[in-house]
Amino acid sequence: MDKGMKILIVDDFSTMRRIIKNLLRELGFNNTNEADDGSTALPMLKNGGFDFLVTDWNMPNMEGIELLKAVRADPMLKSLPVLMVTAEAKRDQIVEAAQAGVNGYIVKPFTAETLKEKIDKIFERLEAQ
Amino acid sequence: MEIDEERTTSQLDLARRLVAHLEAGDEAAANEIIRELRNPFERELFDDLGKLTRDLHEALNSFRGDSRLVELTRDDIPDAKERLNYVVSMTEQATHRTLNALDEGIPLLESLHDRSAELTERWTRFRKRELSVEEFREFATELDAFFVASGEETERVKTLMSEIMMAQDFQDLTGQIIRRVIRLVQEVEENLVGLIRLSSSRMEPSKAAKPVEEPAVDEEIKGHGPIVPNTQDASADVVSGQDDVDALLSSLGF
Repeated sequence: MDKGMKILIVDDFSTMRRIIKNLLRELGFNNTNEADDGSTALPMLKNGGFDFLVTDWNMPNMEGIELLKAVRADPMLKSLPVLMVTAEAKRDQIVEAAQAGVNGYIVKPFTAETLKEKIDKIFERLEAQ
Repeated sequence: MEIDEERTTSQLDLARRLVAHLEAGDEAAANEIIRELRNPFERELFDDLGKLTRDLHEALNSFRGDSRLVELTRDDIPDAKERLNYVVSMTEQATHRTLNALDEGIPLLESLHDRSAELTERWTRFRKRELSVEEFREFATELDAFFVASGEETERVKTLMSEIMMAQDFQDLTGQIIRRVIRLVQEVEENLVGLIRLSSSRMEPSKAAKPVEEPAVDEEIKGHGPIVPNTQDASADVVSGQDDVDALLSSLGF
């Protein structure tokens, strides 16, 4: 796993973006960018260069699930690893995210260990492919 | 105008006949004419009354038919109170979590600071060759112990700082819950405005707030925010935590 990879953090709450950014920095990832919802994230992603997307679900304008679907539908972005970090806890929603092609799903509130574990797992799987 | 004239003529005619009947002492015929004179006014009154009754009926029907308002009062408003209570307890928890970490961290830092100040003082004396061999031996042992302890204690302070950082996640979680309550208050307001419009025809319809048309999103898929205990949320099929999420995903082949 390349610690220098470019990560986009998408959450409408700036406090949560800061928490995730801090946790990622502790894990050694310093190349992070932020967006406050799907509609600002998508153009950033399309401009290229991102290696990993960490997104919330419940956001104004464009929700995380729509962003995930848009990413998977875009030929340039379709294989971008996506980790959802969200308070959405309905089983139907988790199934929906899985079917839409999410690579990992973390339910809030979460711990630093959970974040590390899920990121490790995502990249282990991708490297094994 | 023509109708009014016609009406006046007929009323005059009736009045003359009424006077004639009264003078002739024909009471039955006089009463008949009085009834005839009263007739058009009574019809107007009944028409007005009929219209009023119909309006009232329609207003009541649309009030009853607006089940959203019933739902709001029965389910959503009690839920909103529960949500706000949950926000209070979440913020309380987060504050305690932060203060607990500070309660442990501040004495650790104070003690580290004091010990390093004391050792610095002795180090200065050592540099000035003021320490005896015996004093230096003791100093070296204490320095050894301090190096080990400070490594452990700063590590502990770092953990406590992370704890403080993670405690701030309440702002996102409670923020989502509060936004949901704000949306509810807005909806109640719109419904009440609608109700006032129904019961008062004098209100300018153009001034009343129109319900905001939200783009149609599948309710199942739309984000809800955190699940709040003792509300309608609890009736949904939800996971209880990360282990539950992991189990569900692994059952889906993840």
